[in-house]
Amino acid sequence: MSDALKSKINDVFNEPACGHNVNKTEQQRKKGCAKPLTPGAAAGGCAFDGAKIVLQPIVDVAHLVHAPLACEGNGWDNRGAASSGSERYRTGFTTDLTELDIVMGHGEKKLFRSIREVIEAENPPAVFVYATCVPALIGDDIDAVCKAATQTFGVPCIPVNAPGYVGSKNLGNKLAGEAMLDHVIGTVEPAECTPYDLNFVGDYNLSGELWQVKPLLDRLGIRILGSLSADARYKQVAMMHRARVTMMVCSKALINVARKLEENYGIPYFEGSFYGISDTSDSLRQMCRIMIERGAAPELMDRCEALIAEEEANIWAQLEQFRPRVAGKKVLLYTGGHKSWSVVAALQELGMEVIGTSVRKATEGDKDRVKDIMGDDKHMFDNMAPKDMYRLLKEAKADVLMSGGRSQFVALKAKMPWVDVNQEKHEPYAGYMGMVDLVRAIDRAVNNPMWADLRGPAPWDEPVASQGAYVPPLRGTCPVTNASTPGVTIPVADAAFGPSSDTDFEDC
Amino acid sequence: MARITHPKRALSTNPLKSSAPLGAALAYLGMDGAVPLFHGSQGCTAFAMVHLVRHFKEAVPLQTTAMNEVSTILGGADQIEEAIENLRKKSNPRFIGIASTALTETRGEDVVGELKDIVARRSDFADTAIVYASTPDFSGGMEDGWAKAVEAIVAALLPDIDPVFRKTEPRQVNLLCGSYLTPVEIEEIVRLIRAFGLSPIVLPDISTSLDGHMSDNWSGTSLGGTTRADVARMTESAFTLAIGESMRGAAKLIEDRAFVPYRVFQSVTGLKPVDALVRTLMGVSGQPDAPPSVKRDRSRLIDAALDAHFHIGGLKVAMGADPDLLFALSNCLSGMGAQIVTAVSTTTANPVAERVPADTVLIGDLGDLERHAGQSGAQMLITHAHGRHAAQRLQLPLLRAGFPIFDRLGAQDICRVGYRGTRAFLYEVANIVQARHHRARPEDFGAAPIPEEFEHDPHPASH
Repeated sequence: MSDALKSKINDVFNEPACGHNVNKTEQQRKKGCAKPLTPGAAAGGCAFDGAKIVLQPIVDVAHLVHAPLACEGNGWDNRGAASSGSERYRTGFTTDLTELDIVMGHGEKKLFRSIREVIEAENPPAVFVYATCVPALIGDDIDAVCKAATQTFGVPCIPVNAPGYVGSKNLGNKLAGEAMLDHVIGTVEPAECTPYDLNFVGDYNLSGELWQVKPLLDRLGIRILGSLSADARYKQVAMMHRARVTMMVCSKALINVARKLEENYGIPYFEGSFYGISDTSDSLRQMCRIMIERGAAPELMDRCEALIAEEEANIWAQLEQFRPRVAGKKVLLYTGGHKSWSVVAALQELGMEVIGTSVRKATEGDKDRVKDIMGDDKHMFDNMAPKDMYRLLKEAKADVLMSGGRSQFVALKAKMPWVDVNQEKHEPYAGYMGMVDLVRAIDRAVNNPMWADLRGPAPWDEPVASQGAYVPPLRGTCPVTNASTPGVTIPVADAAFGPSSDTDFEDC
Repeated sequence: MARITHPKRALSTNPLKSSAPLGAALAYLGMDGAVPLFHGSQGCTAFAMVHLVRHFKEAVPLQTTAMNEVSTILGGADQIEEAIENLRKKSNPRFIGIASTALTETRGEDVVGELKDIVARRSDFADTAIVYASTPDFSGGMEDGWAKAVEAIVAALLPDIDPVFRKTEPRQVNLLCGSYLTPVEIEEIVRLIRAFGLSPIVLPDISTSLDGHMSDNWSGTSLGGTTRADVARMTESAFTLAIGESMRGAAKLIEDRAFVPYRVFQSVTGLKPVDALVRTLMGVSGQPDAPPSVKRDRSRLIDAALDAHFHIGGLKVAMGADPDLLFALSNCLSGMGAQIVTAVSTTTANPVAERVPADTVLIGDLGDLERHAGQSGAQMLITHAHGRHAAQRLQLPLLRAGFPIFDRLGAQDICRVGYRGTRAFLYEVANIVQARHHRARPEDFGAAPIPEEFEHDPHPASH
């Protein structure tokens, strides 16, 4: 690992804005927050995967993966980040390193040629070059190649240095953010700035969730200037340094970006979420409050409150029609983070019972909030093995599992309704209107008449009354199932003994 | 005889191939109670697993030795041992199939040696069969990885035989399945074999592990497949049928080890290729005639070909797939009068690519397929689901074949082998052609339209 990358990782791990990190002793901090992975019991993506998740949604950039086939070949076009413009981000560009390239040390040259070809073919605003394990191992200097390519072709070529073996997906998220801070943010000036300019950090517009929220911002006259990276154009990343406030959406994955935007450019940030009704309203309020502090007209808050009041009344009226269909249903919530608390509150409001929730990635503060919402802590659990979850679901202790894709088949194989609430989901559940979609999805899942049929007995599970007639026992061996009746063999034609058999083995 | 060409470019746009370790993992999943284990960083496994889950819509057990920077530099033998130990604790697999990745191969580890050490030292691992195949990502694709894994299984689990005292089971045959066969295709071939009174040992058998079924319990391993005992019994078989040229190596290995003669079927799609299989089955089973159901299926295929040739004859097809699948389908269509105007494949390891009925076979990606299909006036694309973007841009219908198919359900149920599968395939192609209905207009032939004064309704185009 190059010294530059090493110091970058140390820097990322030493995050002053991270609650975990601040509470650590000096010695713990030195170790970094990388948990050693257990061979044979690890799950999840690598740092490269994490970097790709953060940056791939930038729609007009050519994302070029410098790697042997698997890194891009097995992973391209597999996420649902939506674009309102260019579709270039869906194209998988890779150097597809072969054995010969690696042995002969052709990696850097091939990368340079690939950059030239992608610029000639696509004319992108920028090329993002991703390092992976093998080029890092053989010592390809992608920073130098990118620098040379930028000078030669006049198109920004941005090195994203997050080879898989340096760590987890989360670390990759942060390293991607660092690459943007180092090379992109602050390189383009907007034509004009307004006090209503917003940065979105940590949202990826999966299934178009951004657009469920954008109408609210449009009505308030708030402009999304910078985005990392929901429906983002390259310029929107390059202009992030001119926004008035940064909203860090849902996750701490890019907290380094939010903090450094504040340190370097004086843009305050807040953590907010658009999942659930109360969180959506709170986020809008915070956003407006900071904008007013930084020069927006104070009447913004009045408009904001009016909007919230109108939207909340409207959405509760819409949700009310689902109450009879979902009230009393028992929900098991298994998500990684804590983004769903506001959702839980809304579900409880509709009469649903949340019987358990995972707190595996939650902080102490989060856990307190769970206790607040759920009344006590007996419903909290840490990691649950698939086997145990299967048993819990099989015993029908819940009516529906809400989780990410990893436990999808645990639920389905236990004949349990399942609602996808993680990042790979295909339906958007953000903002006020997303809440209706979510409750509709729950209704559709738990009230599907199919479940009763599927859980019912098979024809042979119950004794059949005899029809009275005598049926002789089966004879011979079935070549399809190999079931046989003892003592009886089926005649098989033998070439030596005459013509073919007229037995049809197929239809025994 | 097709010429194999390589495009002169550094950049690969929209990969056609999936990686070799993924192919190996899929083959390992055709073993009973199996967990495939990637020797690499955890991302290698995560990407492959997502890929497999999206295709099969099943939970797929797949684990990693979770190589980090230190273990990559110092060597990963400890990681392998720890992974095996943890896997045995967690899900007690009967079979662990290890596949190497680009990361560990670039470093150059002697996994075979290390593994021998581990197995000798750890007698507690004895009840788990451990198999290793070298499958670097930078060499070959899914088909190669699959073939190497099958060879590794044969090499590791087939006992040595004394030729003088070889026990034989005259009605037992080995069926080696190429990487492109779906679970239902394996079932179809098995059906055909059983129809001749033969009983096959299938290797690898994803038809029982990845066919999409409910099991009574949650298991951290594959839910079916070839058992270790079955593999050992393969030495007693009368014959080995290998489906796909890529299975030749494994078939040869069985012959060397256990003196079982073999025949490779480069395709079992299309009348003549299936006829060849049936002839062999007749010979092996000692029957001068075929069972009525097989005869019936053949006559139905002939009838289907008669009906379908109107649509398939002259059809210009662009196809991209691993060599075995590319050959099987393109050979069948070409035999029905279609023209393979563009053929793109993934790997040079398989000589069957030269037999593809096209002028050239390009070792390339979906970007090449799209470009050449556009230039050659193709009327239909045949490739995996990632071809959907190309099909949309070219405004051509896409017939999904190969791996992955993630935007349609029932990928495991597609059957294009045997008389019945070929019949379904011909209908499928002919129906796609018919779905693009073109109504003839005078302008198509250079004729002027009917003068407007005759029309009761005015021409829509002129207003």
